[in-house]
Amino acid sequence: MDLVFKALADASRRDLLDRLRADNGQTLNQLCAGVPGMTRQAVSKHLALLEEANLIATVKRGREKLHYLNPVPIHEIAERWIGKFERSRLDALSELKKALESGDE
Amino acid sequence: MSKPTFVYVTYIRTTPEKLWAALTDPVTVEKFWLGVRVESDFRTGSPWMLKFTDGRTADTGEILEAVPAKRLVIHWRNEFKPELKAAGFTRCTMEIELADYYPDFGGRAVKLTITHEAETAQGAPMIEAVSGGWPKVIANLKSLLETGDIAFSGKVSA
Repeated sequence: MDLVFKALADASRRDLLDRLRADNGQTLNQLCAGVPGMTRQAVSKHLALLEEANLIATVKRGREKLHYLNPVPIHEIAERWIGKFERSRLDALSELKKALESGDE
Repeated sequence: MSKPTFVYVTYIRTTPEKLWAALTDPVTVEKFWLGVRVESDFRTGSPWMLKFTDGRTADTGEILEAVPAKRLVIHWRNEFKPELKAAGFTRCTMEIELADYYPDFGGRAVKLTITHEAETAQGAPMIEAVSGGWPKVIANLKSLLETGDIAFSGKVSA
């Protein structure tokens, strides 16, 4: 999970994820063309970090390597915290229900 | 651009055999797949079907390839939403590999790669539809195998 936060802490890497979200399955060349201000080496390095964090999945198709946005780790983060808050709200509601219903007797 | 495709990857602290068993055992599938039941004997050429708990058919298809603990390919079509059924067949590939990922698990984990692609550009709506559900199903599968409990207990609605 450290890797995910580290990878997301950089605006250029978030931008690369945004561009895969808009158009999934791009090659390194396509991704480089979308960021004229960044060198090929820099884009390649960012992609490696994103892949290490499992935020990008790659598929080899012929001689090309296609990059896909992988939302699974972000979903796991959401489950870890947001899911927990939902559960505690449900617990609070069930406590309230119990308290109110026992008051009737 | 090629056909509309999603590629989802997760690393699970388990073995390829246990992951295969989870993916092909109807009782386990119902636990992590948001209340959906699977019907198939998971052999190449066999029919495959997902059903809602009330018995209605959600999706149907055929097992195109089944290599236990390694690879499962399903020819997959939606059955309960006319606009998705019209999108036609999709191909879902589940690949299981050993991977060095979790140093705290002896450096060994299982990498599950799920690729879901439409057969034609017309299939885009179906890929769009499954793209939202897969991360929840995968998070549940991972959680079930690692902790014995699911992360998300919602149900698929028709």
